[in-house]
Amino acid sequence: MTPAHLPWRVATVAAAKPESVRAKAILLDVPGWPGHLAGQHLDLRLTADDGYQAQRSFSISSAPAGRPQLEITVERVDDGEVSPFLLDVLREGDRIELRGPIGGYFTWMPGDGGPLLLVGGGSGVAPLMAMLRARTRSGDKTPVRLLYSARTADELLYRAELEELAGAGDGLELVITLTRGAPEGWTGEQGRIGREMLAARGFPPDQRPRIFVCGPTPFVEACADALVALGHEGGRIKTERFGPTGDLK
Amino acid sequence: MTDKPVPLDGNAAAGRLAALFAVEPTTIMITCVGCGREGPLGSLKLYGGAMGMILRCPECGTANLRFSDAGPGATIDLRGSSLLTVYDAQRQR
Repeated sequence: MTPAHLPWRVATVAAAKPESVRAKAILLDVPGWPGHLAGQHLDLRLTADDGYQAQRSFSISSAPAGRPQLEITVERVDDGEVSPFLLDVLREGDRIELRGPIGGYFTWMPGDGGPLLLVGGGSGVAPLMAMLRARTRSGDKTPVRLLYSARTADELLYRAELEELAGAGDGLELVITLTRGAPEGWTGEQGRIGREMLAARGFPPDQRPRIFVCGPTPFVEACADALVALGHEGGRIKTERFGPTGDLK
Repeated sequence: MTDKPVPLDGNAAAGRLAALFAVEPTTIMITCVGCGREGPLGSLKLYGGAMGMILRCPECGTANLRFSDAGPGATIDLRGSSLLTVYDAQRQR
């Protein structure tokens, strides 16, 4: 069933560029795109020659009102059926179907206030990236801290851009942690994001930060539990779990 | 296919539920029959698959919303919710 207000649209791939050893940023031109809020996602649908369809949700990582209108970040799922196609087969100029924007709960836009605590695991950094880009684009100075966990340095997404944003000195503090070993000379954090790191590097509960946590389900549950244990209000912690959503059409 | 061990959030249900709601579904406030918790649909825990979806209360586990579109139409069973509230700010779309 296709609701009239959420039609399938045909997008054209404007570019596909490597973001890490396991991921690409895919830029999409979408005629008629109504615009989006930072944090929203879209549904993408692939149709095989025999009519078989596979559908997945992807967070939008681009700021609203850019062109191309959309960027999604696709990380390889080893036994997946959609991500290998998007990473290995899809080329500039190809067309794919999508619908969106979707979601209104896990969103933040300049003017919504802060301070803002963003906690991302793996490709869960994608919707948080949209929030950071929206903040920078609008000149918003909301104090924000991004705690970003990746397995290894070469799996980090948006590393150069994040370091540049943090270097601008406009209130963004960047904390990157690696969970499976760090390269020589690494000066960031190591180990999983847990209660200690959230206490040391996040905002204290009495500052009542708005908190967004995105990543694989176990990551999100561990971080949300630790934040509640530290005294943050549950209602200010918004989560977006992702996982094996293959059969969620 | 339902009640997979790894739940997602209600956010992930938004695309399918949009077929039945005139407002953005994840911001609809749901009051739980089991424990009285009121929270946005996007904060519920989502279990499900191609046959349907169940959104459960993150506090007490009550199935607040069951959705199926496997048959000839789409159905929502709301016996686990005592109230659905759409605040004024959410009403324009």
